[in-house]
Amino acid sequence: MSGESAVANTAARALRGGDLVYRHRLPTRLWHWVNALTLFVMLMSGMMIFNAHPRLYWGEYGANPDRAWLEIGSRGSAGLLRVGSLQVETTGVLGVWRDRDGVVRRKAFPWWATIPSSYSLADARIWHFFFAWVLAVASTAYWLWSIANGHFRRDLLPQRSELAPGHIWHDIRDHARLNFPRGAAALNYNILQKLAYLSVLFGLLPAMILSGLTMSPAMNAAWPWLLDLFGGRQSARSIHFICAFGFVLFIGVHLVMVLLAGPLNEVRSMVTGRFRLPEENAA
Amino acid sequence: MIGRRRLLSSLATATSGLLLSGCNRINANPAVRSMLTSAESLTMRAQRIIGDRSALAPEFTAADLSPIFRANGTRRPTGTEYDAHLQSGFAGWRLVVDGLVTQPLSLSLRQIRAMPRRTQITRHDCVEGWSAIGQWTGVPLKLLLDQSRLKSSARYLIFHCADLYGPIPYYESIDLIDAFHPQTIIAWALNGQDLPVGNGAPLRLRVERQLGYKQAKYVQRIEAVASLAHQGLGKGGYWEDSHDYAWYAGI
Repeated sequence: MSGESAVANTAARALRGGDLVYRHRLPTRLWHWVNALTLFVMLMSGMMIFNAHPRLYWGEYGANPDRAWLEIGSRGSAGLLRVGSLQVETTGVLGVWRDRDGVVRRKAFPWWATIPSSYSLADARIWHFFFAWVLAVASTAYWLWSIANGHFRRDLLPQRSELAPGHIWHDIRDHARLNFPRGAAALNYNILQKLAYLSVLFGLLPAMILSGLTMSPAMNAAWPWLLDLFGGRQSARSIHFICAFGFVLFIGVHLVMVLLAGPLNEVRSMVTGRFRLPEENAA
Repeated sequence: MIGRRRLLSSLATATSGLLLSGCNRINANPAVRSMLTSAESLTMRAQRIIGDRSALAPEFTAADLSPIFRANGTRRPTGTEYDAHLQSGFAGWRLVVDGLVTQPLSLSLRQIRAMPRRTQITRHDCVEGWSAIGQWTGVPLKLLLDQSRLKSSARYLIFHCADLYGPIPYYESIDLIDAFHPQTIIAWALNGQDLPVGNGAPLRLRVERQLGYKQAKYVQRIEAVASLAHQGLGKGGYWEDSHDYAWYAGI
């Protein structure tokens, strides 16, 4: 039985576990895979750019003589990460590590985490600023499209009842027990998913793009309010880095959830759009 | 257990090695590079559409100054010629303005300091990511260009510098939009003092809407040209030629 007829056959009756349903529209799927590639390149080239000056500051200015709130460096043969007054040794991963040829390098992020894999600020910037356009254009198109067709309101905006503390707590407990929605209930995003996606779409993503633009001296001349928004260029650089860390967390949790929820079915739904509803538990 | 862990880790290394050698090949591929670098002109156009041609870079107050203004790149030019200039307090230093101009200039430091000056407290942003705020005083570049009367064929200015990177003299270039910008100055003072050697003594360019490597130090000659193709490797600057840095450094 083909997917098409399976979908057609289920239209007449209530959906239940085992049914194949059309879950993701083409723009969502396209955007997802463009983002997967783009974020991968942005994060890795971003880490190479960070390697050029592995220190973060708050305020308008910040350079080597000034106090950094975060620093990745080395002392002797030890790699060190310092956040505020907290210092941890990170030898082998951050600050001091061996490259593919076994040569000891003293850069913040290791070769396997950066684009390109050997030090080049110029090349990393070329990658970063090309894919920055892809990210910004694709995100803007997705925002406009999803507002226009009601995707945000219909699928992502939480219902009042979902925001009740009891409901959220119930969902957290279900997640912790790996007890995921089944049958027709799996068609809708649960409240934790909604909150996660909304905070990425309307929090992390715009903060990332705007803090990135704030680091541009030409943008500071064109839109001086960007500096007021983030509290200075070096604060914007710190926030840009924190947002990147937020994306890494989001991607990590996202991948774990895909694995737990059934990777083949989940990946298929993001490739073809069709998703097989999980069977209801035998009561 | 150890055997399995070692197997897993060598598998992981092999896989990531394959992936990365693939990535590095992609990075070196000319077609990919030309696609990726095409974003530079898109960025320049977009930034110039969004902002006014003469939109000013933010200016700060004396309270915002960096306690120490970091010097970068050449800290002290090599060679006996520069040493001799330094010994004599740059008494014999000349700034030449030539190329596609009707009236070539050769100005002493004293003549330049006697010209109208502009003082601005601005933020210097290194391509590496750090920033320092300093107060710059100098002659607006526009006044030099007006005096030398640019020919209509002039499109860019090349700044020829006294510092060498190996055998290669540093140079940089800007277009006329930035050249005539009110904050674009040939600076001779930093924080109220003569320009320190590390910051480009005796003269440096300030082009405030771009990154640090555009701010040519130790400037000796400003050449008006129709095209950047004939200087160095033709990409418009030392770092552009040698490392593929973007010529437009507004971001």
